[in-house]
Amino acid sequence: MYTRKIKERDDDKENPIPDRGLFKNLSGFKIKAVYGPEDISQFDPENDLGLPGEYPFTRGVHKTMYRERLWTIRQLGSLDSPSKAGRRTKKLLQMGATGISLCLDMPTIMGRDSDDPLAEGEVGSCGGVSIDSLEDMRNLLEGVPLDEISINFVSNSQSPIILAMFAAVAQERGVPLELLTGTMQNDILKEYQAQKSYYFPPRPSMRLTIDTLTCCNEHMPRFNPISISGYHLASAGATPVQELAFTLANGFTYVEEGIKAGLPVDSFAPRLSFFFKVHNDFFENIAKYRSARRIWAKTMREKYKAKDPRSWLFRVHTQTSGSSLTGRQPENNVIRVAIQALSAVLGGTQSLHTNSFDEALSIPTPRSEKLALRTQQIIAHESGVTNTIDPLAGSYYVETLTNRMEEECEKYFKEIEGLGGVISAIEKGYFAKAIADSSFSYQRDIENGKRTVVGLNEFVEQEEVDVELYEPDPRFEKEKILDLKDLKRKRDNNSVESCLNEIREVSRGSENVMPVLIKAVRAHVTLGEIIGVMREVFGEFREVSAY
Amino acid sequence: MGKKKTMRILIAKPGLDGHDRGAKVVARALSNAGMEVIYAGLHQTPVQIVNAAIDEDVDAVGLSILSGAHKTIFPKIMTLLEEKGISDILIFGGGTIPKKDRGELKSLGVGEIFSTGTDTRDIVDYLDRTLTR
Repeated sequence: MYTRKIKERDDDKENPIPDRGLFKNLSGFKIKAVYGPEDISQFDPENDLGLPGEYPFTRGVHKTMYRERLWTIRQLGSLDSPSKAGRRTKKLLQMGATGISLCLDMPTIMGRDSDDPLAEGEVGSCGGVSIDSLEDMRNLLEGVPLDEISINFVSNSQSPIILAMFAAVAQERGVPLELLTGTMQNDILKEYQAQKSYYFPPRPSMRLTIDTLTCCNEHMPRFNPISISGYHLASAGATPVQELAFTLANGFTYVEEGIKAGLPVDSFAPRLSFFFKVHNDFFENIAKYRSARRIWAKTMREKYKAKDPRSWLFRVHTQTSGSSLTGRQPENNVIRVAIQALSAVLGGTQSLHTNSFDEALSIPTPRSEKLALRTQQIIAHESGVTNTIDPLAGSYYVETLTNRMEEECEKYFKEIEGLGGVISAIEKGYFAKAIADSSFSYQRDIENGKRTVVGLNEFVEQEEVDVELYEPDPRFEKEKILDLKDLKRKRDNNSVESCLNEIREVSRGSENVMPVLIKAVRAHVTLGEIIGVMREVFGEFREVSAY
Repeated sequence: MGKKKTMRILIAKPGLDGHDRGAKVVARALSNAGMEVIYAGLHQTPVQIVNAAIDEDVDAVGLSILSGAHKTIFPKIMTLLEEKGISDILIFGGGTIPKKDRGELKSLGVGEIFSTGTDTRDIVDYLDRTLTR
């Protein structure tokens, strides 16, 4: 009866429900006016959802979720100089952040030391910290309790070296490696697909990833060696369903590479974690998380034969959408971030970063980053949404979307498989093209008014609002270069040379690079020097520049 | 009136940053508007960009910078052009460039700096207006 009544409304030609072709989510799914029992007629909560903390984990990876422990409130603590970043980190922790992310400046990201001519003007850029040597890592981590606070290193191509420095500092301080928690982003696949901070071709890069994975497996069992990241795919323009499909496909690729390297799946899969972006579409986002958990669990158990239930868990860190923030009327971004953050919480995230409202203009000020942190605390402590787990389960709409996300993902998986898997698809330019197409059509929708962005294409004000902006320190680059030159003069350059030779040899062979890297960073070999030697051995990757 | 010459535009991402979403969207929009677009791709140095602009005989160069390095990169490009005695290539740009820096860049001879959120049709109009003058 109820179903028939919904259908009658849908079919009523005289009083049509408005449909101007606008009711689509960001993945392009057409959204109906009303959902009902018919849309989820096959719905079987026991198989489709399970209980929270039970297979297939649609409702969440933990039995108690936020009732026992809130998500990790994880904010970016980096800033140009390692000591300043250390102070910023400690301040965020004092204000109630429970985790920290540290990102790197552009030269470090691209494997260049501060004194490299290509680094000019970019040392300390993008709110990232400049890491040349072990000394920088020491300053960065000074006073941070390494066995208590989980640090997320937003580090990718340079991860083996950052990991070596992190381990070396912990050892100097007498913190046993097995107590270290935290995460290394270390997701090279998405670099070729979207973020574009690669050095070497995909296959040698993958070997380095597996070296870090193996090293963490043996010595740092509480540390997450890879955080498989959809965030960057989405920032480059991937739709939510593309983000979901490509991220999971990348995840399965790491699983396959680990198995190929001889690691039993349950020895490393429990430490794989993920990183999602939360887009503007509120319910679509929640469905994305729910289907991600279900697809990961099913595939890990059924296809990759993982036996340890922890291998089935899709654990995810989230960041609100930097690319949804507008430079016009920037204070509106406070509201966007709050809505996105709420959506991530309802999606069941394990960790969350909220962006600051001024990020379309510059890196955050202390005031804007505090407001971003407080946004999470208000959701956590005032809104009541943490009282019950997965409150949207059983919603006709959300369950329909969750199913649809899963179906669409399967289509993408088949397409990628048809191209010979993720690495081949990268080499064929498949991801870059798919993402560029999505980003262009998003821009077109904004420009032809199909999609409204408040303050940008509607409710526009002519005057640009002035807000207080962060001022980068103009002296920093010069000082950093002087420090580095000083270090290069004072260290034992014979031992540097012999370490670099060893790195060259190991890179040419198939041995794990981590032991020699740890030895090298202790001898004050710099990040740029190590990458330089590896570039000689592995060659450099250049993408086909298409738009 | 003879047939209007097709405008040739070089779009480049100078520096180390790889955030190429904006550069690619602009490249495609200009191309759809009938311009000939050469996309130089990522990680280009100022010297490479200026040489490419000369080799490709372009009318304008669009630079996308999100890393905060605009105050280093734009002056370098302007100096290189001056050294080579080139004054007929229009330089414009966009990205995460604060309003207060835009005036300074324009005083160096940069034609226009587009802020985040710019409608690509405004960029097309700007090039049409400026290059056919």
